[in-house]
Amino acid sequence: MSATFTKSMARNVFYGGGVFFFLLFLALTFDTMKVLPTRDNSQNITPAVAHGKKLWETNNCIGCHTLLGEGAYFAPELGNVYVRRGPDFIKAWIKGQPTGVPGRRQMPQFNLSDADIDDVVAFLKYASEINTNKWPPNIEG
Amino acid sequence: MKYKSQAVAKLYFIAAIGLFLGQILFGLIMGLQYVVGDFLFPAIPFNVARMVHTNLLIVWLLFGFMGASYFLIPEESETELFSPKLAIITFWVFLAAGAITVLGYLLVPYASLAKWTGNDLLNTMGREFLEQPLPTKVGIVLVALSWLFNITMTMLKGRKTAISLVLTLGMLGLAVFFLFSFYNPVNLVKDKFYWWWVVHLWVEGVWELILGAMLAFVLIKVTGVDREVVEKWLYVIITMTLVTGIIGTGHHYYWIGTPVYWQWWGSVFSALEPIPFFMMTVFAFNMVNKRRREHPNKAAVLWALGTSVMAFLGAGVWGFLHTLAPVNYYAHGTQLTAAHGHLAFYGAYALVVLTMISYAMPIIRGRAANPERAQIMEMWSFWLMTVSIFFITLFLTGAGIVQIWLQRISTTPMSFMAVQDQISIFYWAREAAGVVFLIGLLLYITSFFVKGESKAFE
Repeated sequence: MSATFTKSMARNVFYGGGVFFFLLFLALTFDTMKVLPTRDNSQNITPAVAHGKKLWETNNCIGCHTLLGEGAYFAPELGNVYVRRGPDFIKAWIKGQPTGVPGRRQMPQFNLSDADIDDVVAFLKYASEINTNKWPPNIEG
Repeated sequence: MKYKSQAVAKLYFIAAIGLFLGQILFGLIMGLQYVVGDFLFPAIPFNVARMVHTNLLIVWLLFGFMGASYFLIPEESETELFSPKLAIITFWVFLAAGAITVLGYLLVPYASLAKWTGNDLLNTMGREFLEQPLPTKVGIVLVALSWLFNITMTMLKGRKTAISLVLTLGMLGLAVFFLFSFYNPVNLVKDKFYWWWVVHLWVEGVWELILGAMLAFVLIKVTGVDREVVEKWLYVIITMTLVTGIIGTGHHYYWIGTPVYWQWWGSVFSALEPIPFFMMTVFAFNMVNKRRREHPNKAAVLWALGTSVMAFLGAGVWGFLHTLAPVNYYAHGTQLTAAHGHLAFYGAYALVVLTMISYAMPIIRGRAANPERAQIMEMWSFWLMTVSIFFITLFLTGAGIVQIWLQRISTTPMSFMAVQDQISIFYWAREAAGVVFLIGLLLYITSFFVKGESKAFE
């Protein structure tokens, strides 16, 4: 690197660049938060959805599944499972686990009450209605 | 060893290597569960194995970073560590917290763990990588603060170099951004948005500062190149890291409910993210070519060069592969993501910690370098682990491409599980490569016990 570009110049560029781009990031974040209510389906967050999200978290569903493409890649995408399978299938599926088919991937039995399962489904319905810019590409997730 | 207190690093390094071994064992369990679905079910379901695998990774890297800084900062500051006692207490607290947390994952149903540890007071659990119970999260903050305090105090009473400043800044960022793990709104989009402030701003932001500082330190030591030159490179590299990486967070904001404009911001800036990694490669090879001394620790030089190359491949090339929005539309959340994750974490962070350990451990043990035979074994372990993780990455990439085709592009898309059956051959190959990785790691551990005539200090 050229001798006219000194270490202290490099340091100043580092601090200046870091601060500038962080501020730009904050500005974009601010705008995102302002626009979000038109996209994030937050008007449909009910106590059932909130409880469903909590159940989703405390049973570590993300440890196998993806939700809007994020999570583990061991089991199907669930961001659109409400649309793909419908509420009745989801409820029956959760209750029927594990399948016990030899050699197949197994989902644990979480011993949720019927009311709990309804709330999980409410959460998955809410998630399926978030505007994700048309992701995933098709119903299979 | 120039300063007695640098020896505390040894504890941290030993723990890091032990947890690394644990991480790999759980990785092998998960890899097998991909093809033999009911393996160890219900004793260790996949989600539990994965939690242990990823959390051990994070914790052993943190142990590595801490150990490395307790070795590096006194030497850079030319003074003893502010409080070796605090560093030792912090070590045992962190190790105990880590062990109890992992045992909790393994022995208690996650929902009960959440209930018993006060998740009802503040919901923070059950999000990828941030699965730790509330007390563990608070513990991580306290450990990070204690680390930061000790290092800052050491630096304040001694020489302030660019390397130690950048390292400390990286640690400060690590501590600050972790605080977002306590913010978990019911609004899923906001939850995901700020979740990335921990995950992305760690690994594609402030951790790169720590990585750069550690690499620069080892390169100065093993090549004898002028500090002014090395530190100028360091500043330029980490400038590019922040310039590209901060807005680059946008590549996670394409499909989670955030506005469309992130597809532009994210694509453009994250497409530039390979630049700092490429510069790191050029930097490392340049410094080694211009070396003014032949350091007897050849293994450390190999790890350092390996870091620069593998970080570029894993974080740079494999990151770029699926970062552009139109590509990511199809690649998002597939095995391609897993491929990138494995090579990037190994190349950038596992390797830089192993580089520091390779350089520092012999010195802590009273010699400039390990005996020839030990070094040869260490270098074999480098190649075994590096080549096998590269193959893991290639197999997962193959799996990902076929998965994308069958599930998302084909005119008759198959269901997720049907596709998984189709790509099982890739998973078997990945598992085989994983076994080779384990052999490499065991060889690495063995190399610490090889006796022989070691190189004394000049």
